[in-house]
Amino acid sequence: MHDLSLRQQSLREPLIFTIGRRGRRAPTQSPAPTAAATEAGRAIPAHLRRSVAPALPEVSELQVVRHFTRLSQLNFSIDTHFYPLGSCTMKYNPKACNSYAMLPEFLGRHPLAPESHSQGHLACLFELQEMLEDITGMQGVSLTPMAGAQGEFAGVAMIRAYHRARGDLARNQIIVPEAAHGTNPATATMCGCEVREVPCDINGDVDLDALRAVVGPHTAGIMLTNPSTLGVFERKIEAVARIVHEAGGLLYYDGANLNAILGKVRPGDMGFDVIHMNLHKTFSTPHGGGGPGSGAVGVGARLLPFLPIPMVGCEGGRYRWLDEQDRPQSIGRLSAFMGNAGVNLRAYVYMRLLGRDGMVRVAEFAALNANYLLRRLLAAGFDAAYPMRRASHEFIITLKRQNRDYQVTAMDVAKRLLDYGFHAPTTYFPLLVPECLLIEPTETESKEDLDRFCEAMIEILREMRDEPQKLSGAPFTMPVRRLDDVRAAKQLDLRVKPAS
Amino acid sequence: MSFIPHTNEDVAEMLSVIGASRVDELFDEIPSTLVAAALQRVPPALSEMEIGRLMSERASLDGRPLCFLGAGAYEHHIPAPVWAIATRGEFYSAYTPYQAEASQGTLQVIYEYQSMMCALTGMEVSNASLYDGASALAEACLTAVRANRASTSRRILVPRTINPTYRQVAQTIAGNQNVVLESVDFDRSQGRTLVDALLPHAGSDYAAVVVQQPNYFGVLEEVDALVDWAHANDMLVIAVVNPLSLAVLKPPGEWGTPAAAKRGADIVCGEGQPLGVPLSSGGPYFGFMTTRMQYVRQMPGRIVGRTVDADGREGFTLTLQAREQHIRRSKANSNICTNQGLTVTAATIYLSLLGAEGLARVAEASMARTRELVTALTAVRGVHAVFTGEGFHEAVLGFDRPVAPLLAALAQRGIQGGVDLSEHFPELGPCLLVCATETKTSDDIARYAQAVDELQNPAALARGAA
Repeated sequence: MHDLSLRQQSLREPLIFTIGRRGRRAPTQSPAPTAAATEAGRAIPAHLRRSVAPALPEVSELQVVRHFTRLSQLNFSIDTHFYPLGSCTMKYNPKACNSYAMLPEFLGRHPLAPESHSQGHLACLFELQEMLEDITGMQGVSLTPMAGAQGEFAGVAMIRAYHRARGDLARNQIIVPEAAHGTNPATATMCGCEVREVPCDINGDVDLDALRAVVGPHTAGIMLTNPSTLGVFERKIEAVARIVHEAGGLLYYDGANLNAILGKVRPGDMGFDVIHMNLHKTFSTPHGGGGPGSGAVGVGARLLPFLPIPMVGCEGGRYRWLDEQDRPQSIGRLSAFMGNAGVNLRAYVYMRLLGRDGMVRVAEFAALNANYLLRRLLAAGFDAAYPMRRASHEFIITLKRQNRDYQVTAMDVAKRLLDYGFHAPTTYFPLLVPECLLIEPTETESKEDLDRFCEAMIEILREMRDEPQKLSGAPFTMPVRRLDDVRAAKQLDLRVKPAS
Repeated sequence: MSFIPHTNEDVAEMLSVIGASRVDELFDEIPSTLVAAALQRVPPALSEMEIGRLMSERASLDGRPLCFLGAGAYEHHIPAPVWAIATRGEFYSAYTPYQAEASQGTLQVIYEYQSMMCALTGMEVSNASLYDGASALAEACLTAVRANRASTSRRILVPRTINPTYRQVAQTIAGNQNVVLESVDFDRSQGRTLVDALLPHAGSDYAAVVVQQPNYFGVLEEVDALVDWAHANDMLVIAVVNPLSLAVLKPPGEWGTPAAAKRGADIVCGEGQPLGVPLSSGGPYFGFMTTRMQYVRQMPGRIVGRTVDADGREGFTLTLQAREQHIRRSKANSNICTNQGLTVTAATIYLSLLGAEGLARVAEASMARTRELVTALTAVRGVHAVFTGEGFHEAVLGFDRPVAPLLAALAQRGIQGGVDLSEHFPELGPCLLVCATETKTSDDIARYAQAVDELQNPAALARGAA
């Protein structure tokens, strides 16, 4: 125990504000003062000038490098750990994607550079648009949304714009399944729509009778994930599409689970009118500790005029931006320039590395890994939420029985997995499955790693019976034990307050 | 090609555990009518060497021109440690820090970032960042409408000296929730927003006024007078600022005259790109937002707090999540999930390396280079400074003929001469918004001025040849 606490001690890093000394600097990183610079500073009228310097760190370059390197070592990441986080597609982010997106010409390119200085960059983006159209079965793609949630916003805003353009002003309701990602209803609200929820049946498909009861002249559209957030393919998707379309609504595809079906089935063929893709999931751009993502949107014929700008067009072999003049019905701009252009470049490199056959293999091996892991966990004594169904690229384990028998929670298992060196699966989502773990291994994990994860889960199952304190107290090996979230929210400490 | 580790033997063993004979069987719940045909427009795979060659060729097509563009994205020196550390796999390939115990690195970085942004802006609380400066303004408008209890209005006053693209983005996003943005004109000679232009709106109900400092033209607004007026009329103040400028300019938390009843902007937002984030064609950057503690529950986006663990030791965790989409669903403040974690990491490293002193040196050097640029260009016949107001590191230059042909000719010489303002500000006549940062040398500026001289006044070319 003593050794463990020593190790934890070594895993702590003081705040950077406490490291430095007054007057210490990294002098090579800023220009030497000149008379002209001093004069420029003095030219600021006194009432617009800063009087007290901001309380920023005063540290050497080595202190900065060591501090942030040590902080990085306190993280789990794909590069260091198996990360079976359901619905998040934490697969290997190829190093090549980063290297080639960071070529100096791409990094240094100003977003307002003239088209004559942009042909290389625009060629990549144009081809990316085309590849994404092909994979999703859509007729147009805009790369400008900066994250999945912004893609969702663009999608629902386009649905609203479509109805408005037809003079159909009553359609202000968005239908979502009760198991939907929280972003779906939040997006509907951001677009000024009301949310109507529909339940799923016992096997995880949308309840069609409930859907029929809720559609009508106020229906703007429905937002669906397929495979659904329950980890299973929505088998009645054609009927869902028929019901919604006949009621005058449109279908929105939440691309969170696109990895499961790459090259196998296309959202456009399922009847969807609009899709957002999470390039940081399916196309392996980094999650970066919470962003930047990129949330490209694709649409069928009906929504083409409304895509957000700018997009990339090609005329006679020259690429150019399409803006307000070219696309007067567009829902408009979502970012100051061109979305997360550097993330889009990474997705482009990824898709070219995989090629058309590689895309299909992604879905196949994601499904193989998920179904294998599910079977092994069932054999070990865990329960599936939907035992009669195939897993897609992910599946749900419910710990309802273990919770009843041993009072353990999904949170306990998640935290204990950290001690075994595995990132926790997604917990308590979807909300309607009690004590659930949503597990997505992804295609880039080897069988040995899946087996090791299973062995840890089997050991945790044994601990539930024999050493329950190892679960309730976990984690023990991380830089911190379980954190007091209630205190964090009640006694707000959101910044270092200057001494003064 | 792909990054799949499975051997044929692995596949056979795994299928036998599953009880399937072929991988295809795993897709047997997909209706057969829907099974996709082969992809047409995704080309066959390339090796890393091949895609490397292609990307290098594409990059060299775009070249490395001499850039005098600004307008919301600025070329600054980025210290080598910034991205060497930010692209470490432990930062680069980590997820959002929901599992706090396995994410203390990311969480502490964000806490330090929040502290630094509060220090720079002079505000009490910061979120973990938003997508970019323009979308941050959109979220700030929605926050102001929620936060201003003295107002029932969804109208916001937006001076025309705000970056016009920011206004468009705010319209796209906030307009869907019936927020109305109303324009306020600027003074033609000074290039800034005067209180006189606000007076017609006095006594009307508005949720907020937006003030950009330095404004889109690079000119310094008289922020004290604008803030006093807004507060006297029960409006909140949304400040849009360049964080680098705050090394030398008065922080928004101190805007307003000392005698006024209420001091400081209420919500501060802007573009974080100048803090160590490469231009990268427009993104990924990050938007920031800081505010008063009283509005913290109205703020969108992630927030990190310091707390204690089960042993009473200090640690960091996401907090106030009851504002967010994954908890509150349709009642959330915003649908935003991510912040821009990686670029925020870069900015936190940048701010640590530069410190207050280094940041002020970058700001003053940039101001000096822009003054030098304006002096050099206005020495050319047919070029003049458009506004008299004091500026930061951008300026508007007027020309005696349309600037589009000039920009095209400069581009041919490898010079990006500035942003043509004729689309958004036709009443100003032919003019360019130009920018020079600390990255420009006197030689760079001389090269630009000489090119303009030769293109504007072909006689100069003949003189040069003689």
